[in-house]
Amino acid sequence: MTGILKLAYKLLVNDKAKFSALLVGITFAVYLMMFVTSMFSGVMVHASANILNIGAPLWVMDPYVETVSNSVGMPAYVLDAVRSMQGVKYAVPLYSGGALVKLSDGNYQTVTVIGLDDTSLYGRPELIAGKIQDIYAENGFMVVKDAEFSKLENPHIGSEFELNDNRGVIVGIAKVATSGLYGIPTLYTTYERAIQYIPNPRFTISYVLVEPKSTSDIPRIKQQVEALGYRARTKEEFMKNTEDFFLYKTGGGTNLLIMMLISFTVGLSLSGQTFYTFILENLERFGALKAIGAKNRDLVGMILFQATFTAFTGFGLGIALCVLLILLARARLPSYAAMVTFGNLGISFGMVVVIAAVSSYFGIRRVLKIEPFEIFRG
Amino acid sequence: MPKIAIQASGLVKWFGEGEAKTTALNDVSLEAQFGEMVYVVGPSGSGKTTLLSVLTGILKPNVGKVLLEGTDIWGLNPDQLADFRLGKIGFVFQDYHLFPRLTTAENAAIPLILKRKPWNEALQEAEKYLDVVGLKSRAELPPVKLSGGEQQRVAIARAIASQPDILIMDEPTASLDGDTGVAILSFVQKNVLNNDRCIVVVTHDDRIYKFATRILNMEDGRLKGSEKSAI
Repeated sequence: MTGILKLAYKLLVNDKAKFSALLVGITFAVYLMMFVTSMFSGVMVHASANILNIGAPLWVMDPYVETVSNSVGMPAYVLDAVRSMQGVKYAVPLYSGGALVKLSDGNYQTVTVIGLDDTSLYGRPELIAGKIQDIYAENGFMVVKDAEFSKLENPHIGSEFELNDNRGVIVGIAKVATSGLYGIPTLYTTYERAIQYIPNPRFTISYVLVEPKSTSDIPRIKQQVEALGYRARTKEEFMKNTEDFFLYKTGGGTNLLIMMLISFTVGLSLSGQTFYTFILENLERFGALKAIGAKNRDLVGMILFQATFTAFTGFGLGIALCVLLILLARARLPSYAAMVTFGNLGISFGMVVVIAAVSSYFGIRRVLKIEPFEIFRG
Repeated sequence: MPKIAIQASGLVKWFGEGEAKTTALNDVSLEAQFGEMVYVVGPSGSGKTTLLSVLTGILKPNVGKVLLEGTDIWGLNPDQLADFRLGKIGFVFQDYHLFPRLTTAENAAIPLILKRKPWNEALQEAEKYLDVVGLKSRAELPPVKLSGGEQQRVAIARAIASQPDILIMDEPTASLDGDTGVAILSFVQKNVLNNDRCIVVVTHDDRIYKFATRILNMEDGRLKGSEKSAI
């Protein structure tokens, strides 16, 4: 650090009251920004849990499907048609739906049932107990061991439940990358068993999962599916659709925007005001420095350094606070939907840069305007 | 033959326009040599501070020329002028303008830091000047823990740290009691003034006149001539 920057640093941090106020302002703003965007990211990841867990590169669905949890049944010919399309390596049906199970203690619990293609079990989760072939056994279900697992009375291999007067037996315990958004346990079974056990409308295929021969075939497959009157989305597009749905059709986007604006306003008003006051209080001394022989660029450098140092320190503290609170929340609620992403960090960083730039702009303007002559006049 | 440190001729400075126009300097010319401690005295509003600002390259005159060690300072661009001030002129301000959040040594080191000296080196050098003004033992204290006289001496240490050829003192006793003011100027005369340095003091404190080599009277923006010459 050069002497001038160290001078700027000492002037800043030695004024403990102002420096603390500056840090509190930026830290709080970053914390708010990080928290609200992390919540949104977490919600989005959990809302797209099935897309991530099943992991198919291409999903064929009814054009009106907006999120993975709200599927519209498709007739069986769609599966046949997709299988015959150029560029398709293979295609399998997927059932996804909600059901009510009766537990051994007589309580009822809503569950999500995923029905995997009977032949390939494409999209099956990784088992941590049991054997995958047991899913073909009579009444066989696999349960996902996630944060909602206990809602099914912590089942083990052999645990039984009732689903529409059908007996269900847990034959495997699985783990998945992400649990769902709505706090509902997930059961996996075969496609045929799912549509047999759960009352369904006329069309039962929720999605057709497609493995293309190569990624370059995806556009062609999408075109052919479009011509059929349906829609094919890549995993990423489907997740983006889900995110868009929450952003633009649920009020989530407006809330997110409001919270982001509040964070920005809090940060700018608290830190900007305090930084400007700090500059004003030191204005005469900046004038004295000018008289002694400091150039304008020296003073601009000092102010920019002070603003940047404060901003980045506050940025680090804000992130640390946010991560700490998310970890604390996760300790009590394992499925707590908040997730720090590079995107969140980028947004918060951008906000901090703007706050630092605006704060230093007004400070610099004031300092550049001061005439050393004023210092002589007292 | 003594060398000329300051040579100003035909300085005119006015503020405002039309009816609001005030002439602060009206055809002021002066010379000061190395080894001199020149006082500029006069009542408030006589133009002393304006003269000081014009002589040090802080306020541009409307008319006139200022040569410091032969350099026409108003022919320099702003960066050159800042460098010139940093290298050649030391300032002791009326209100000291010390940074309260820095230590005494850090305050005294400011001109050296502005000269891009490494931090530790600048502090070590500044301590030498604090020693000159008798405050080495107070190097780690903030200025607020010092008395008014001590703060003034820190300001002097800061002013001489860059080894300026010209030292400017603006009302150096204004914030001090009589005895301290006299002691400070006595100290400056004995320890700071030398044959390679010219000191210009603006004051209206007649208790310190005895330390001047020459006293210039200023009234209504004009220099009225010398009251005393010790040369």
